[in-house]
Amino acid sequence: MRLVVRAAEALGADRLIPITRAHVDSCLYHGEATIDFAERLLDGGAQVSVPTTLNVGGLDLLHPELWHGDPGAAERGRLLMNHYRTLGCQPTYTCAPYQLAAARPAFGEQVAWAESNAIVFCNSAIGARTERYGDFTDIACAITGRAPHAGLHRTDARRAVLVLRLGADIPPGLLDDGSLYPVLGIVLGRRAGSRVAAIDGLPPGVSEERLKAIGAAAASSGAVAMFHAVGSSPEAPTLEAALQGQEPDELVEIRLGELRAARDELTTSAGGAPAGTPIGTVSLGTPHASLAELRAVERELGGASPAAGVELLVSTSRGLLAEAEEEGLAQRLRAQGVELLVDTCSYIAPVLRSSPLPAMTDSGKWAFYAPGNIGVEVVFGSLRECVRSAVQGRVWRDDAPWGVA
Amino acid sequence: MKGRVLAPGLAEGTALRLDEPLSFWGGVDPATGEIIDARHPQRGVSVAGRVLVMPSVRGSSSSSSVLAETVRAGCAPAAILLGEPDLILAVGAAVAEELYGVRIPILHLATADLASITDGTMVTVDEGGAVTLG
Repeated sequence: MRLVVRAAEALGADRLIPITRAHVDSCLYHGEATIDFAERLLDGGAQVSVPTTLNVGGLDLLHPELWHGDPGAAERGRLLMNHYRTLGCQPTYTCAPYQLAAARPAFGEQVAWAESNAIVFCNSAIGARTERYGDFTDIACAITGRAPHAGLHRTDARRAVLVLRLGADIPPGLLDDGSLYPVLGIVLGRRAGSRVAAIDGLPPGVSEERLKAIGAAAASSGAVAMFHAVGSSPEAPTLEAALQGQEPDELVEIRLGELRAARDELTTSAGGAPAGTPIGTVSLGTPHASLAELRAVERELGGASPAAGVELLVSTSRGLLAEAEEEGLAQRLRAQGVELLVDTCSYIAPVLRSSPLPAMTDSGKWAFYAPGNIGVEVVFGSLRECVRSAVQGRVWRDDAPWGVA
Repeated sequence: MKGRVLAPGLAEGTALRLDEPLSFWGGVDPATGEIIDARHPQRGVSVAGRVLVMPSVRGSSSSSSVLAETVRAGCAPAAILLGEPDLILAVGAAVAEELYGVRIPILHLATADLASITDGTMVTVDEGGAVTLG
């Protein structure tokens, strides 16, 4: 409770409110401090008081053979994951709890979620309400069942103060291309910082996968906890609704040039990794792949397998893996040489085979963090570009949607 | 100048002014305090013992843990001066104090005050949030 009160003071809250659920990120091992904290809670006999899901941990508990690192570190990661189960949390181990029917809050529900991408999705795609909580605060809210009445728990703070209007020079075909959305998220994070922004000019009914990609990237390049995709976000049927009838503080036009530059920057590999550049790895599923995304991988493979020596890895949750196994999808993907990782992520756990060649991803977040976390050079592309590149063993590009000749 | 105290404590150190926002998770190696974010202009610089001046924040909700771990490992910044309040770092500092008895003051300063702190200046922070330069 002391931590929740400290959080309330930092946020300037006048009181605490009850929450219905929590999503806890503290189960990911970052050194002994994370274990020391969990053991302090366990020693005090703490238990969560609301349904609480767990974020990714340090390793894939179901497929430990995928771990290529120090066995001692795996044990510490496993111990911390177990500690949070003992505190009463559900072993979901996913950064995309919103893809699990049982964990998904309803519109307007007050919750305390950690994990930057899940926070954005919760606020922006579901319309449930969470502030941007982090490690320690998340479990403190789960134990007390309370959160500070501040920030995005309040209707007034959910108003868009910045409008990003898509420029007229953006080719309509680009709006149908998956690679636009993480790139747009990177631009959103840079432009918005921690402000709530509305994106105007997207087609109505943008898919949850695309909203997820925007949010994950925006929470990497900025401190975004909520955005409104006008015509898709539940609190933004219109721009006026997103603005709660007021004038924005700032209106910015996002032109094609800014998007192209952000797309180029996501690739760190020398020379921008033109078509034909050899790759060693393809990593998809950051945040964790939905069933629709797993099916898209199968569709893009078209019966083919990754080229010899190229690793194609997709991260998802154990919950969705069980569903994919039930429909035979997981078995078919594995038979084609796709590795399926659960409970963790390929830029946290040492699971990728070591390769001097760059790694390709469709995730703005993975492209952002993998170079620092696991020391790989990254090539960014759409899911289609990634899967075809895996099959060819070399970067395959479809630049047409980006208006590049 | 005086800041709003998000986490109290006493500190003294030279300012490290960040040119770009930094996420502690994915941005700082908790074992050494070194900036590891591949896209950060100050990659390779250590935050250990410095008074970190961060005009804006960004990134991961794991940054609370990473800050606490830098405290345990003895390579935490001396203090963090923010241009916008950040719950995630404030709670990381609170937990580090609870577990290890080490206090890392975290203050929210007015934009103009924060802008006046140049890189390398000696900075002293007191319990009530007063900041003295030089």
